[in-house]
Amino acid sequence: MTKWGMVIDLNKCTGCGACVNACRMENNIPNVGPEAAHDGRNMDWMQIVTEYEGEYPDIRITHIPLLCFQCDNAPCTKVCPVHATYQNSDGLVGQVYYRCIGCRFCMAACPYSAKKFNYAEPNVPGEYEDHLNPDVTRRMKGVVEKCSFCHHRLAHAKDLARYENRDLRESDFQPACVESCPADAMVFGDLENPAHTVHDLKDSSRAFRLEEELGTEPKVYYLKKEDK
Amino acid sequence: MDDLRHDPDYTLFRPILEKDRRFLWMVSVLVGLIGWSIYMYLRQWKYGLSVTGLNNNVTWGFYIINFVFFIGVSHAGTLISAILRLSQAEWRRPITRMAEVITAIVLIIGGIHPIIDLGRPDRLMNVFYYGRLQSPLLWDVTAITTYFTASTVYLYVPMIPDIALLRDRTTKFRWLYKFLSWGYRGTERQKHILERAMSILMVLVIPVAVSVHTVISYIFSMTLQSGWHSTIFGPYFVTGAIYSGTATLLVVMIAFRKMYHLENYLKEIHFRYMSILLLVFSLLWTYFTFSEFLTGVYGNEPMEMKVIRFKLTGAYAPYFWSMVTLNFLIPLIVLTNKKLKTIKGILFTSIGVIIGMWLERLIIIVPSLTNTRLPLVVQAYIPSLTEWSLFIGGISMFCLLFLIFSKVFPLISIWEIRDGRAEGLEEAKGRLESYLPDRAVAEGRAQ
Repeated sequence: MTKWGMVIDLNKCTGCGACVNACRMENNIPNVGPEAAHDGRNMDWMQIVTEYEGEYPDIRITHIPLLCFQCDNAPCTKVCPVHATYQNSDGLVGQVYYRCIGCRFCMAACPYSAKKFNYAEPNVPGEYEDHLNPDVTRRMKGVVEKCSFCHHRLAHAKDLARYENRDLRESDFQPACVESCPADAMVFGDLENPAHTVHDLKDSSRAFRLEEELGTEPKVYYLKKEDK
Repeated sequence: MDDLRHDPDYTLFRPILEKDRRFLWMVSVLVGLIGWSIYMYLRQWKYGLSVTGLNNNVTWGFYIINFVFFIGVSHAGTLISAILRLSQAEWRRPITRMAEVITAIVLIIGGIHPIIDLGRPDRLMNVFYYGRLQSPLLWDVTAITTYFTASTVYLYVPMIPDIALLRDRTTKFRWLYKFLSWGYRGTERQKHILERAMSILMVLVIPVAVSVHTVISYIFSMTLQSGWHSTIFGPYFVTGAIYSGTATLLVVMIAFRKMYHLENYLKEIHFRYMSILLLVFSLLWTYFTFSEFLTGVYGNEPMEMKVIRFKLTGAYAPYFWSMVTLNFLIPLIVLTNKKLKTIKGILFTSIGVIIGMWLERLIIIVPSLTNTRLPLVVQAYIPSLTEWSLFIGGISMFCLLFLIFSKVFPLISIWEIRDGRAEGLEEAKGRLESYLPDRAVAEGRAQ
């Protein structure tokens, strides 16, 4: 069994936002426009929260990229009334857009607020139409969506590995955000495979997970920011 | 028809027999309001939930609040009526029917709310095609449909003798009464079967009623969110439900007493007894609220405290303290004071309790969503015109269905009142005698 997971080094993250943009491009995330964004209806699957400590000029800034943590014990999949959000055999938390009834129970149950709801018909301006990623389903009005760890890339990687008759390598499957990170702050791989970088990184003394005490077993680890 | 005018209970037939201009006037206003809310809903169907004030963190708002609120109100009815019948409280006779009607009507309205709340109402049937019984939402669907079935049957069965009476003695809606009375003629055997059915139903309906609001509270308490994840939510919600239901029943009783001149049936004593029930539930509700908040404050867990502070001193403080005033202080002052405990005073308190219980649902649902565990920027929830319209639509629907019911069926059970006159007196006397120490035994000892 593979256990796909991510380790984000908060020492390295500069908060540049490349991951957020890469995610938008990769996953056909609609542009909600300034008004809806102001109303708190931003559809971004990834966001960067910045925490400030101390007083000017001695400010300590920590940028925390947030995405769906693909919990092993996911509170969202438990409450879904129609099997629209579920854990697949790769351990990823999937979302079936064509079955979701839009009750938003999973959003209320998620302690990390990782899910987004399509309040209106997704807006894709005309010129973007030709540049959408054909591998990712476009969502419709009234359904819940969230980060999928770019599982469409996993499907591709698996096909390729099977074709070449070999096991999956770490470099075969990397989500768009990890790929785009200029500071190499994000590392992705199989948490249970010793050959993958994340396997050792997650056991680092700096490693922690958000709201770990809830027992949700998130698969995204952070490496604590340390003063240098 | 003529002989009915001399009937001692003619007042109870009057709303059905006589035309009333006020009725038409009220119905047209209510239909207008409902029409407006239907228009607003169709707009929502077209544009999606973007017409509401919800956002990605506060994903549940008015619709879910009203769902919990309306289902709560529905508890008045059947539960109160079943408990009063079971305990053979003689004063129940003019009250039970109205209580049961509240349940049936409000359950329909409450049951519609989760559907209004859906982002994809066109996929509603997925709940049956792909339903997961592990989801508390499915428990709700099951519990509410069961409760609706049980409570409509429980409303209908004790109505059969009255429908038969209307079939025999009036000319209006003959076909309807003939169909609904199922050939009831009031023979010994029929009456025996009817009473047997009623006693089975009232025992059955109590656990179902309790389960419904418990399960509704589970929607919240089964999640890990602070402010929701609490073990007392089941009984807390049930208590609140009966509390708001009792207040609604009192308002309905006072309104129809005035409208249809039922002063001779709904006497002061009924209101006094009901208001004792209201006071008991006010104190019970306060006790639960106190326990809930004290454990949170004493434990001082940071996330829990964030939500509690938001309620007690933060943005929701005005709502919280008005809730405490309306649900605890006013009932305590008015209902324990003989001078204030008039029908007007009870009406004032009951309306206050209904508003207060609605606020309680608001205070339970929104703050837990606004205060996310992660340090995110969360927009405040401001309900939109659509949400207000649908709320008003729901209340109008309640009034409309109640008015229509009162024009077709008697609001006070005629046969039970007559039974009370004919047999109740003797029976109550006999029962009272059986409670007292046996005279023969006492005298036998004295000898």
